[in-house]
Amino acid sequence: MGFIHPYERPNSYIGRTLPRSRAMRAVAGRGRYTDDITPPRTLHAAFVRSPYAHAKIVNIDTDAAKAAPGVKMVMTGAELAEMCTGPWVGTLTVFENMKAEPQYPMAVDRACWHGEPVVMVIADTRAQAEDAGELVQVEYDELPVVINKDTALDPDSPVIHANLGDNKAWEHTLGSGDVDKAFAEADHVLEETFYFGRHTAVSLEPRIVLCEYEPGTEQLTIHTSSQCPHMIETVFARTLGVPEHNVRIVAPDVGGSFGLKIHTFGDEVAATAASIKLGRPVKFVADRLESFVSDIHARENRVKAKIGIMNDGTMIAAEIDDLSGVGAYSQYPRTSVFEANQILNISFGPYKHPNYRARAQVVYLNAVPTSQYRAVGHPIGISVGEFMMDWAADVTGLDPFDIRRKNIMEDDSYPRPIGSGIPMKDLSHQACLEKLHGLMDYENLLAEQVELREKGVYRGIGIAGFIKGTAPSPVGYYGAGGARIAAQDACTVKLEPSGGVIVALGVTDQGQGVDTVMEQIAAAAIGCEFDQVRAISGDTDATPYGGGTYASRATAIGGEATYQAALDLRREILHMAGILLQTDAENLDIVDGAVVDAGSSDARIPLSEIGRIGHFQLGELPNDYQPVLSHTRRYRLQDSPYIYTNGIHGAVVEVDVGTGWIKHLKHWVVEDCGRIINLQLADEQIRGGCVQGLGGALYEHCIYDEFGQLQNGTMADYVTPMMTEMPDIQVGHVETPTSESELGAKGAGESGTGAAPGVMMNAVNNAIKPLTDGRVTQQPITPEVVLKALGKI
Amino acid sequence: MKAPKFSYTRADSVDHALELLDKHGEDARILAGGQSLMPTLNMRLSQPEILIDINRLDDLKGIRMDGDTVCIGALTRHVEVMNSDIVADHLPLIAEAMPHVAHVAVRNRGTIGGSVALADPAAEMPACILALGATLVVQSSSGKREIPAEEFFHGLYETARAENELLVELRIPSQKKENVSVFLELARRHGDFAIVGIAAYGRVLGDTIEDMRLVYFASEDKPTIGENAIAALNGNSWSEDTKEAVTAALENDLEPMANLHGSSAMKLHLQKVLTGRAMDAAVARAGDAA
Amino acid sequence: MSEEMVTVNMTVNGEQVTKTIPVRTHLVDFIRTEVGFTGSHLGCEHGICGACSVRVDGDVVRGCLMLAAQADGCEVLTIEGITDTGEIADLQDKFVERNALQCGFCTPGMLMTAAELLAQKSEMSRADIREFMSGNYCRCTGYHAIVDAIESINNERLKG
Repeated sequence: MGFIHPYERPNSYIGRTLPRSRAMRAVAGRGRYTDDITPPRTLHAAFVRSPYAHAKIVNIDTDAAKAAPGVKMVMTGAELAEMCTGPWVGTLTVFENMKAEPQYPMAVDRACWHGEPVVMVIADTRAQAEDAGELVQVEYDELPVVINKDTALDPDSPVIHANLGDNKAWEHTLGSGDVDKAFAEADHVLEETFYFGRHTAVSLEPRIVLCEYEPGTEQLTIHTSSQCPHMIETVFARTLGVPEHNVRIVAPDVGGSFGLKIHTFGDEVAATAASIKLGRPVKFVADRLESFVSDIHARENRVKAKIGIMNDGTMIAAEIDDLSGVGAYSQYPRTSVFEANQILNISFGPYKHPNYRARAQVVYLNAVPTSQYRAVGHPIGISVGEFMMDWAADVTGLDPFDIRRKNIMEDDSYPRPIGSGIPMKDLSHQACLEKLHGLMDYENLLAEQVELREKGVYRGIGIAGFIKGTAPSPVGYYGAGGARIAAQDACTVKLEPSGGVIVALGVTDQGQGVDTVMEQIAAAAIGCEFDQVRAISGDTDATPYGGGTYASRATAIGGEATYQAALDLRREILHMAGILLQTDAENLDIVDGAVVDAGSSDARIPLSEIGRIGHFQLGELPNDYQPVLSHTRRYRLQDSPYIYTNGIHGAVVEVDVGTGWIKHLKHWVVEDCGRIINLQLADEQIRGGCVQGLGGALYEHCIYDEFGQLQNGTMADYVTPMMTEMPDIQVGHVETPTSESELGAKGAGESGTGAAPGVMMNAVNNAIKPLTDGRVTQQPITPEVVLKALGKI
Repeated sequence: MKAPKFSYTRADSVDHALELLDKHGEDARILAGGQSLMPTLNMRLSQPEILIDINRLDDLKGIRMDGDTVCIGALTRHVEVMNSDIVADHLPLIAEAMPHVAHVAVRNRGTIGGSVALADPAAEMPACILALGATLVVQSSSGKREIPAEEFFHGLYETARAENELLVELRIPSQKKENVSVFLELARRHGDFAIVGIAAYGRVLGDTIEDMRLVYFASEDKPTIGENAIAALNGNSWSEDTKEAVTAALENDLEPMANLHGSSAMKLHLQKVLTGRAMDAAVARAGDAA
Repeated sequence: MSEEMVTVNMTVNGEQVTKTIPVRTHLVDFIRTEVGFTGSHLGCEHGICGACSVRVDGDVVRGCLMLAAQADGCEVLTIEGITDTGEIADLQDKFVERNALQCGFCTPGMLMTAAELLAQKSEMSRADIREFMSGNYCRCTGYHAIVDAIESINNERLKG
């Protein structure tokens, strides 16, 4: 019988909505997050952080702090540096000419951002550690502050790191064709400048580590709310000089991550060092106030965009010039230039324009270091590209759908590169666009809009198409660039004696449902019941080395590894069953947890018997046959640098043109993440991602003053979306499996976040169009921004 | 963010609380609902020596009528005010404002007295009681005194209450049946501190605004009666011309504070817009009632 | 200043508890570290996010804004307690079925607040639900699924 892919079988677990076991625990209050674990004699860390954006550290007096009640240790940045193998340097070789200053986990000679950790206090309780922190005296000499990216490269600007010569971290240009020639030939050339505000992840569970060092055996265990336990193992082992194979990292339940928790942080290294020094468990929770000045920031960019279009709406050239304002250091090990790099790569990505040029300059600022955060660069590039498409539609008299129909890559035209040179394949821009058009009931929306305008009610309709890079390969960035970050992933699938299946994953679950998705894949591939399968993830002692979850890779890469490992187990079970039943394995199948005659549903041997015999009753098998019943497979992309996905958002808003307030009435997303494993989980990722993107579009902004002081680092002042203002979100899918893997799954986690800001900006501009030539070209789109565009203030 | 050390005493009577206030003066803070005080403690923005917990002083709770005056004990929780039939019947301005006061969990603990005594510029209750001409009753070990709302709010977190005085009661005249009230505020998210707001109360006959009090809050450092706007408003029929005159006059009443939420120019613009919408609503409501 | 201690007595999830603690301890730290129920979470400690929502004498409150000392003599219920009583078993099942949670960190607070909504026994539109729940932050779900779950159970209960 020919091999039928499990997802082609009727009633396959692949494609079904099934509930998550982590959810069952969480609703009962039985989630187990890192702060829920407190071994005996755990000590607590608090940090004294720089109140200045840039200052020389002249003197530190810790005597009073050391004598404070409950205090066991006070450590300065210099003392911590002595325990580390060296500073971090946040460069990757793939980013040519990148410059980065070595960074110590706590400031040594200079504090370079408001919030940089300077001194660590370890005490019996967090409250006591904070009390003692107030007694630490640090003498600072303020230094000139660089906080404005627009002037950071001026010849007379102060330079943050003298060794680097200037404030430029990196500059890069790419493209194809001849944009200058095309602009000269274009019927219209449109130019605009956009500003995007800095913001931050605000995961509800903050960053946290619980470090336990065992001095006798030199073994280190860290429980941490991380997306990438194996990477933490590697980085922390190397930084603190602990043999890597002696390090165990456990990520229990993780209370939200969004890319924040793929990074490494100096305060976490410090807490680990404290445990090493004291030989006692040390816990550090970044409280909310310190989260705002220590979690990575992202998204601060100024983009100049220019397009050349013909009267019939064809876009023949596109150019962008990005200025990316990062923080005081390049975040180690993933760097702070990724965001700018992605903006260059993906802007105008859905479109056929044969001419493209894109330049990025990344500049250091005396602000919190930035790095990858959900949708990395895509919200910026997509906002810019989609605004320009709508403008092109205005100028040529085309409807926004029509201008995109004209310019998007045809679904049957792949493989082909986009303007940045990146090869695309397996995309479905046309199918998604038409599906969105139907779901939105677009013609009716337009009619309603006209009717309401006559009553002085201003609705806006926006659409925003996108490509999204997911599941990176080892070629191009991490592996190739020198960072010890896995772009491959692994899965071990084991049959237990009673017939249950354990799936040990290198990828991790932060609530999006990775465990459940892998259980579904394994159950489908093996032919057993879903309830018989349990995923183990997040513990480096119990799982094969992997990259964890980042860049929407878990299902695409981890899923393929799981799929192949499960198929290997299936083959072995059938082989063993064939021996036991004295028939060929081809005559057998596995259905609902039992080996059956192929083509019938007559159960011949339940998996529990295979398990029992394979583990205990080996006498039933030939002497020279050693069952393994445990299979590990790795998977990494072989063809493309990323698995690209595509989709399109739609939104309808109502703008109160008197006040500038925006009501978001409804949101739609149609996207293509290839083969969908669990439909509900895919939909919910999109919804959550959308609202996170809307946060940046409407509300979120890390506001710095001219002294580099973060002004709004509390949850009252930094505004994130809450329930009342957010819309219902309708999600639709097109399924074009990726040819990169057998399973065919692509990434879905960031598609909501990537295009939500762009669709919101387009919808708002569509609403105010009849009233003003002014346009909204910055985010967050606050009432002030809208009122200015309307000319009301 | 763990609170700093402090001493804590639970007052077992109003007199006990007043004794403690006398003794500790500026080193003490009154702990009522705690919805504003506790965040400042957790963030170490305030470091009092002693907290005086007055939550068990049942004498300070309750809503009752005294003739035509609604008497609300200072310790009455927001949720009780929100669910009160007396408030719904006699103080519709406050009833209209209550859903804007923070969120369910905060309203379950926060008190109307706490809100008024703190005098956060963006708070709803100070503006409402000023619009309604309430009287605040404060008490010290020397006895009680009554302070009209017009004299109570001095500035940013500053009121006429002395350090050794406890706010014990709010006495608010019932809204007259022939009057109307309108409450409007703008906040980025439901329950947030308002960015701008207006509490309006007075008499409208047909489309003539006879006698309206306009109180502006959130943009100013204290709830502010728009005297110039009122002068341009009262006695006139509500029209586009009147609106123009009133909003122009408003520029002489308000000095909006620029902050994270917006520029002074934006806030002034918004208060003008709210004024127009409030009076539109007032005229409509007077029409409905007639 | 030395650490002032206080002895508090309260019922937590039906169990009588007596502890001597620093007076500055807030209710959720008390519940988590002294009593051992870790289902209530801390997301901000300044009263905005709602992750700390617990029930004191019948009302949902922000546990980070209440001193444990203030709960002396009170009846405190957390997510663990109301799970044991089965008060919102239907809503909890619906949350799982509808995937109205992802990381689960906001979920106990959401459920404590939603329990108060359901107890009102009144018809609520999606907009009403969104307004009632407006003080609970979620970063994962985008809220839509949470509204679905609450709406579904509220309607079911009003019918049945």
